[in-house]
Parts: sequence; structure tokens; C-alpha cells
Amino acid sequence: MAELKLMKGNEAIAEAAIRAGVDAYFGYPITPQSEVIEYLMSEQPEFRTGMVVLQAESEVAAINMVYGAAGTGKKVLTSSSSPGISLKQEGISYLAGAELPAVILNVVRGGPGLGTIQPSQADYFQSVKGGGHGDYHMYVLAPASVQEMADFVEDAFEMAYKYLTPVLILSDGIIGQMMEKVYLKDQQPRWTDEEIQKISGKWATTGRIGGRERNIITSLDLQSEKMEARVHRLQAKYKKMAEEDLRFEKIQCDDAEYLIVAYGSSARIAQKTVDLAREKGIKVGLFRPITLFPFPKNQLMEMTKQVKGILSVELNMGQMVEDIRLSVEHKVPVEHFGRTGGIIHTPEEVLAALEQKIIKR
Amino acid sequence: MDIKDIIKPENLVYTKTKLMTDNALSYCPGCGHGTAHRLTMEVIEEMGVEADTIGVAPVGCSVLAYDFMNVDMQQAAHGRAPALATAISRTWPDKYVFTYQGDGDLAAIGTAETIHACNRGENIVIIFVNNGIYGMTGGQMAPTTLPGMPSSTSPYGRDTAKMGFPLKMTELIANLPGVYSVTRQAVHTPKHVRKAKKAIRQAFENTRLKRGLSFVEIVSNCNSGWKMTPNQANEWLEENMLSFYELGDIKVEGQLVKK
Repeated sequence: MAELKLMKGNEAIAEAAIRAGVDAYFGYPITPQSEVIEYLMSEQPEFRTGMVVLQAESEVAAINMVYGAAGTGKKVLTSSSSPGISLKQEGISYLAGAELPAVILNVVRGGPGLGTIQPSQADYFQSVKGGGHGDYHMYVLAPASVQEMADFVEDAFEMAYKYLTPVLILSDGIIGQMMEKVYLKDQQPRWTDEEIQKISGKWATTGRIGGRERNIITSLDLQSEKMEARVHRLQAKYKKMAEEDLRFEKIQCDDAEYLIVAYGSSARIAQKTVDLAREKGIKVGLFRPITLFPFPKNQLMEMTKQVKGILSVELNMGQMVEDIRLSVEHKVPVEHFGRTGGIIHTPEEVLAALEQKIIKR
Repeated sequence: MDIKDIIKPENLVYTKTKLMTDNALSYCPGCGHGTAHRLTMEVIEEMGVEADTIGVAPVGCSVLAYDFMNVDMQQAAHGRAPALATAISRTWPDKYVFTYQGDGDLAAIGTAETIHACNRGENIVIIFVNNGIYGMTGGQMAPTTLPGMPSSTSPYGRDTAKMGFPLKMTELIANLPGVYSVTRQAVHTPKHVRKAKKAIRQAFENTRLKRGLSFVEIVSNCNSGWKMTPNQANEWLEENMLSFYELGDIKVEGQLVKK
């Protein structure tokens, strides 16, 4: 039986992680996501499930702790916010290269640099294009509610283990800080050592149990042919993700003549814009990518048969708009609207931008 | 007498531990890494704990340690091995977890991870091979390069006014209350090899007893980086390295050794 609670997004993801049977959390405090580790430390999940929670000395150490535990087949979570996620990028690249499953939460704040502690979606490029060095991507989930913060923990681990890849939950300061009702799932047991052997025994470094051949976790291939094969293996995963695990939501799109594309908190705001527009008799639909990588490019192309123009609404200066343009290949005009620096656009501002940039052009 | 009459099981006085693979070592002839690897693996074999041992390899000459050590291994990003080992040990508290790191990895780029893993008193073994130079990248200055010692990035010798002083990481971490045992050893003579093995054994015994962090520095050579023959390098080590990096136990059972 699910339990109904009123929680912050950051608390919901922490509680959901305990209930999903996550083995360990390693993190370093940074606004606006410190509630994740604060909640875990006060909940003391070692007494509830045996989950390990450790405050690392830095984001760099935290992501490498994730690598270490993930390399033994344990379900590991870390969280941070933009400047801290930048510090984690080296480790994320190693996770992708070594093909380790792990879940990383980014509660995005404004940048560049130390930026601001206010909400932002300015880490889109970093999230979907790789982020660190090398040819890789993460599977990227973008929650738009506290409920999705909770639900995506389990989804993220499912994808991490299906593809043996780091998975990013790309949230922002709004979703992390706001309180909503959330249905929490029942407690799932953590995997037993035997289950870990069954699920990850082929690659996990748990010791040479039963005298088996040694397992090695590495991202290093000094022979070019082997390294190319490794990169091809990663690319094959990304193709499969697009075929099997692409996620999106269409809101009032059936009769839409104009389309707003927005994810996360911007999608929540744009949903109100759609209502305002329809009150004025303008048929607007909202397309919400739930996975930002893989990106729903074919589905957006399909929408060009029906809509006259697309507005990408993002809390940044125009990042996802590039992927939308690549997706629709200039079939319809695509423009961007967004505030930045921690300012959150209003539904009215979005509607005005839609009218000015798309409808009246 | 034919050679075949001599090669018999009863005449066998030494055999390679089965925890060293048959892969050809990537180390230069004369390098101490091969010996340090072997001692570590002999200890694991003698303790009979290979099914419960997880090692962490660094970046540096010993980046490929996992090609030679026949136990489960993870390869860490440069300097991050103690963070990996922390997480492995925390999530598998009954396992024997060790890192094997060089001086650049442990005492330069990984300083924070080293100090904090030590300060938390993680139940792991850190094996720190210090040869005072960056071997893999071609003989650049290390945090442990001696004053006046030449390297490719200190070609006129380490000028401490401009380049800072060699970092005695081992003494530094010995002062942290979370650290259980600290020792400095060498592997350039048979006598030193025997002592070093004893020290490594003690470190893994500490893990067995969940005593906390055990730190074993091995002062080693780098004849390629030092531009010497193996013999010259060992003599230079004896004359120069050991007067600065003094051998012996620095912390035993949580207590600093009084000198």
C-alpha cells in the first residue's frame, strides 16, 4: 500500500531511494539539494534497510565512491547541484566508460560559475551531450513533479542496470524545493549478496567467489581497436535506449495548431500557458520530453504535420531548442523563450512570447 | 647430472604465487613495482582471502596492476582510489579492500581523497609506492621528488624556493587519529623485501580484525626516470631516498612510534 505524504522534491527522492532498496548514497552538501543528504542522515536508513549514507569530502570523492560501490554491483545514488555536478563530470565519464550502473541527481541552479542558488535549466547541454570527456551519453530523466522525483528513482535504477550506464535525473531548484503530495511505494528489500551475484556476478568486483576468474572494472583500453569496440558498444546502447525506452508526454496536442516543448518545471508553467491560450481560442499543445536523452526527435517531427510553429520554453538562454530544430529539420519555425539567472517565467510571459515569436511572425 | 633430475617437486624452494598472472609485467627491468605487487599477492594467498579481496589500481605506472594481480580489481580515476576503496569497504564490510598507488596519484592529485579516507579510519589497506618521480608520463617531478633532484620538469634539480618541498605524506597521515597503522618499507634488497612483506601482512591482518586504516609506504626506485642502471638506482635510493624517507614503523596499533 502506497503512503501519501506532503514532501519537498529533495526529501521525496531521498525517501524513495530508501524504499527502492538503494544500497548506498554518497554526496556533498550544496544548495538547493542539501535536503537529500540531510533527510537521509536524519532518517538513518542503516537501521531501516542497511543502506549506507556517507558525506564525502567533495563532489569529486562522492562520484568516485559511487564508482567504487557500483563496481561491486551495489545500487548507488549521488546528488548535487550544478557546480557540484561539474566537479563530478570526470567520474561520470569513468562510470560511462567502465559501463557501471549508477544514478545521479542534479537539482539545477543558475550558472555559469558559482552562479546563483535559484532554479535554472541551464545544464541541459551538459546533461544530454555527455558532460565529461569522451564519446558517451547518460540516460537522462527530467521529473516535472515531486511525485516524479520519487518515481524516477526506481525507473532510473532499472535503466542503469538494463544498460549498465550512469543515469541522470535532471531536476531543478523548483522541483527540488517545492512541496507537493507524493505517493510513496512500499519498502523494497535491498538485493542480497546472492541476488547481486545473479544480477551482476559476471562483471562486479565482489571478490573471486568460488574461485571464479577475476573481474576487472576499467575504462582503459590501450589498444585502439579495443577502445573503438568499447565506444561502439556504448553507441549501441544509446540506439537501443531510443528504440525501447524513450519517454514523453503530450498534453492537449490532438487539435493543437501551435506547440510548446518544455521539460521539468518549465513544463509545469507551460501547462498553465496552454490553458490560458485555449481560453483565448488559441489551440496550443504541450509536448513534454521526459527523457532528454534519448530525445523524442521522431515524435517531434511527427508533430510538424499538424502544428504551424514550435516554442521551446526553458529556464535558460536556449539549449533544448537546438535539439528541437535538429529534430524537425526546419519543417516549421522553432523559437526559444526563457528567463535565466534564477528568474522563473510566468505562464503569461510564455503566452506573450508564443504570440510574438510564433503566432504573429 | 641432467637438468631434469634437478627440476623436481622436492627440490622446489620457491614458486610464483598463483595470484600473480602470467602476463608480462609492463614495468622496466629493475623497477620495484613487480616486487611490491608480488608481496601483496603472496600475502593475500597466504591469508587465503582471495575470494574476499578487492583491489583498486591507480593512474600511473601501476595503472595496469589489474593485469598482474589475479584478484578482483577496479581501476580508479587519477588520485581517487581511496574514495573507491571507501565505498567498497562501506558496502562490503567483510571484504579485504586495498588501494595500490604511486606518489603522484596519492600525494599530489589524490591528496584530499587520501587524507579524508585516512581521517575517517576506513577499514582498508593503502599501499603507497614512492619513487620520487612520475614514471609513466616520462620522469616529471613528483610531490615526493627530493630537493635538488632532477626530473624532466625540474631539469636543474628541484628548487624548493620555486617548486616547494617534498611532501612526507606518510608522516602527515600518521598524525590523523583515524589511522591505525603506518609504516615505511623498501624492496631494493632481499632483507628489505622480507620486512616489507611482513608489514603488508600486518596491514591485511588489521583489516581482518577491522582495526581501521593501515598505510604501507614502499620507498622504491625508478631507474628509467632517474636515468640510471637498476643497480645505480638502488644505490642512489639507499644513499639519498632513505636518509629523507626513513624506514620503519611510524604508527603501531593507533600509537605514534617514539623515535
